[in-house]
Amino acid sequence: MNRDHISDLPDHLSDSNQRAEMATLGMWIFLTTEVLFFGALFLAFTIYRHKYSADFVAASDHLNVWLGGLNTFILLTSSFFVALAVAAAHAGNRKRTNWHLCATVILAVIFLGIKAIEYHQDFTEKLIPGRHFNVSGTDSSAIAHQQLFFCFYFIMTGIHAFHMIAGTGVMAWMIMKNLRTKEDPMTQTDRIRVESIGLYWHFVDIVWVFLLPLLYLTGLERL
Amino acid sequence: MNESYLTESGMGFRSWFLTRDHKRIAILYLISITIFFLIGGVAAGLMRSELATPKGDLVTSDTYNRLFTLHGVVMVWFFLIPSIPNVLGNFLLPLMIGAKDLAFPRLNLASWYVFMFGGILTLWSIVIGGVDTGWTFYTPYSSTYANSHVILMATGVFISGFSSIFTGLNFIATIHKMRAPGQTWFRLPLFVWSLYSTSIILVLATPVLAVTLVLVALERLGGVGIFDPAIGGDPLLFQHLFWFYSHPAVYIMILPGFGVVSEIIPCFSRKRIFGYRFIAFASVSIAVLGFLVWGHHMFVSSQSVFAGIVFSFLSFMVAIPSAIKVFNWTTTLYKGQITLSTPMIYALGFIGLFTIGGLTGLFLATLAVDVHVHDTYFVVAHFHYIMVGGMVMAYLGGIHYWWPKITGRMYPEKLGQLSALIIFVGFNLTFFPQFLLGYLGMPRRYHAYPEQFQMLNILSTAGATILAVGYLFPLYYLPRSFFRGPKAPQNPWRATGLEWTIASPPSSHNFEVVPTVDDEPYNYLKMDAVASSETEVTP
Repeated sequence: MNRDHISDLPDHLSDSNQRAEMATLGMWIFLTTEVLFFGALFLAFTIYRHKYSADFVAASDHLNVWLGGLNTFILLTSSFFVALAVAAAHAGNRKRTNWHLCATVILAVIFLGIKAIEYHQDFTEKLIPGRHFNVSGTDSSAIAHQQLFFCFYFIMTGIHAFHMIAGTGVMAWMIMKNLRTKEDPMTQTDRIRVESIGLYWHFVDIVWVFLLPLLYLTGLERL
Repeated sequence: MNESYLTESGMGFRSWFLTRDHKRIAILYLISITIFFLIGGVAAGLMRSELATPKGDLVTSDTYNRLFTLHGVVMVWFFLIPSIPNVLGNFLLPLMIGAKDLAFPRLNLASWYVFMFGGILTLWSIVIGGVDTGWTFYTPYSSTYANSHVILMATGVFISGFSSIFTGLNFIATIHKMRAPGQTWFRLPLFVWSLYSTSIILVLATPVLAVTLVLVALERLGGVGIFDPAIGGDPLLFQHLFWFYSHPAVYIMILPGFGVVSEIIPCFSRKRIFGYRFIAFASVSIAVLGFLVWGHHMFVSSQSVFAGIVFSFLSFMVAIPSAIKVFNWTTTLYKGQITLSTPMIYALGFIGLFTIGGLTGLFLATLAVDVHVHDTYFVVAHFHYIMVGGMVMAYLGGIHYWWPKITGRMYPEKLGQLSALIIFVGFNLTFFPQFLLGYLGMPRRYHAYPEQFQMLNILSTAGATILAVGYLFPLYYLPRSFFRGPKAPQNPWRATGLEWTIASPPSSHNFEVVPTVDDEPYNYLKMDAVASSETEVTP
């Protein structure tokens, strides 16, 4: 329970502005680490994309651009709702914050569902790297390079999906917490929490915005 | 006895293991990394024992591989990287900037739990058989051929990486937002500058290691991955990603040492530090340059000649800020009133050993010379001069320097000086012969060697024995002084800095009133003038 309705500063701080700035700074630093985490993958992908250009284009052809595009639309819309949630939290409106967070979570779950359908399609088309990997073609090195593409595809979208699941979990927790807390306006702690969730979610969104052209749109000229 | 952070919230299990007090968390780290240090040290001892004779008679080559992997992994990730930042940094950062705690106290505690979880997974992988890849996990050996618990150990290291990220993030936010009124960036103690530079590397480099380990683990698990040459993957890419983290990590393991030495030297020379801004910016520029030199680990790994030339040149550049620091410390000593107390012996030892380690680094950065000494004992000696001669010396110097503040007790000075000297002698005897061995062509990571190398190897093993004895001394007298040592005054060294203006040991909330800073950090002239005027008034 909050000790104080208006100010809920931790003991070691004396200034609520300082605290808000600190929390935002901390979140940005965390996102910087995330950029480096994905950055290594993007770098590795770029190297091979350059090296095996034609094979990567051929591999990209196997992906379902329409489902990828639909998911992009869904994820961008979810980002819109999380922005509304942050705005509502700033206004201190707990109820409105919660509605927007709920919309975000629902869209995230739809995204993950579509992703699962895609993975299932990939599985039936034998696109999972490993012993059962099988794409048509006669050139064995081209087939090998396509397998490399699918390694990247599954690792990158998989790690992205993992980030989405984590974010969805945190949002669900925040929603439950908001439901249990009756008081309005929101405490500073909760406002900072929602703001951090918002920053994180936009980051997850941006990663996808890069993944879509790199993975799906590479083979688009053949459509 | 006055109430302090050690007693105030009780001594119960919860009061320590659920504490958010940065000082108590520092103690948790101190105890845990000491245990890791002992484990890594035992592995080193076994390796040196094996190398006392040319034949591989004590352990098999396979066991030997597992020993040096254990030694490397434990010492790098579970001792050196957390050593100064998580023990001394955790304890001192808030005290030095006049804050009550770090920016995110709960995250700080979480970092310790994450660290321990990663550490225990790593130890577990050792107990059930170990890993034989070396601490570098090079592919395709680690991903395809190694017959050991690579995934488990990589997971342990991956998890402990989050602890590094949490700490770095916490320090950066703290230094930016929690400085006392009046404490501008150029009034910060240099230790804080070095922690800041270290934190930048921690948050920027660690994620790259994390994703690299994930890629190795997935490749090992699935039998196919992006480093796999069978599908057009490039194992060298692993080395690029690994060293993009691990070379900056070398600076994680030395920058905090620079910070400690920059505190000790002015205090025991009774002088303002020479070239404050140069030392501060040298830390930052080492942090930046450190990200641009990773390719010097791959001079002979089929990297292009042009890349080699660029990386060689950039590696030489690191010598500039490093030399700036050494020259500034030396100039600080010049005409100072030098006291050779224990921390000072460690600090002086640091300067000498770091200089040797740094200069031999230039040999290795030279393309043609590196072809000759690559993967020999020359490299082993070089980085141990930096890591052990540099960082461990600085760590022990710092532990002694701030021991009165941390525990409220004085350690036995004579014993401290003696053990510092033993460590210095033992260290040089262990590692100097290895420069010669490497130059003569003895490769690293072999458990047997031709007979003509035995004399130098025996010297090295003898040195390791002396070094081990030197380390056992503080392990005995420091804990003993915690219980039996004489009570420490607030400021036993008459040092400047906010941490010395409060009680030893500090209270839970550090400062009764928020301090204001209105002076430069190392004003020893003023400090001594005030002290001498006080003695005149009250004879």
